[in-house]
Amino acid sequence: MKLQTSSRLAIFALIELAADPDRQVSVSEIGQKYNVSSHHLAKVMHTLGRAGLVRSIRGVGGGYSFSGNAKRTTLFDVIMLFEDADSSEYTPEGSQDATLAEWALGQVLFEINDIAKATLESITISTMLKQMGRRQSTLAASGMKDASESAVQ
Amino acid sequence: MDKQTETTSQSHQINVRRVRQGDLDHVADLDERVTKIAKTEYWNDIFERYAKRRVKERFFLVAEATDDSSEQPLLGYIVGEVRTWEFGSEPCGWVFAFSVEPGTRLQGIGEKLFGAISQKFRQTGINTMRTMVPRQNQLHMAFFRSEGMVAGPYIQLEKDLNE
Repeated sequence: MKLQTSSRLAIFALIELAADPDRQVSVSEIGQKYNVSSHHLAKVMHTLGRAGLVRSIRGVGGGYSFSGNAKRTTLFDVIMLFEDADSSEYTPEGSQDATLAEWALGQVLFEINDIAKATLESITISTMLKQMGRRQSTLAASGMKDASESAVQ
Repeated sequence: MDKQTETTSQSHQINVRRVRQGDLDHVADLDERVTKIAKTEYWNDIFERYAKRRVKERFFLVAEATDDSSEQPLLGYIVGEVRTWEFGSEPCGWVFAFSVEPGTRLQGIGEKLFGAISQKFRQTGINTMRTMVPRQNQLHMAFFRSEGMVAGPYIQLEKDLNE
């Protein structure tokens, strides 16, 4: 499964902001960390703002902060803001005018889509942060640095 | 997500312990209220097998409030066992039953039950635990994910025997 760039950026931005909901982070700061243009990221942040997941703070020292519920916001919720991840192209019944081969392939693709959707629906921003924390602990125990630590600071 | 969850603002002091005979009706009642299916015989059988036999590798745990803040005597349960060489797998812990009183969710009760059975499994010397969740059960899927569970190396397959 491949996510569109906007979906990936939105997830990264939400993780960044939800990690410290009191902190205000500028678009350029997030853009620099993930090596993307501020212009593209600004559009993504605007969509997240309209969904109530981030809050924009204007003025000096302004930026964005997290305003959603990290334990309730799933990856699927975020992705659906940018692309149709709930495609009904394949169904268990299949199209009525499909050949048997098309029906059989449709069954396989439906199964794959259904598993992917269930996975994305079950993972929240909070779970992503926990997973990152566990990874960080593992890396720290083995004396290695994670990519974000060496990339930005 | 998680729209089935009900919560109260009241939090409880929790103790997790092994099940006792007197808990069984409450466990069956909680299960029936959550699943809408009464399974008295099933729970009697589970008690006989998981609370009385091979208890060094079988764990039937319950969570109870240690203060007077709860109307319910039991706030949740978790049941699991160490299974060996099933499907060619090295010994691992399986969790096959788990529930938390709907009005007391999001207060860390499930996490305490999960943590307690994880510890019991670790004490037997195993390093992996597994469970199986219906894909549509977002509540349980999200909970187990939040506890660090990820898709394992096995895929469950089934066949409609009437096809």
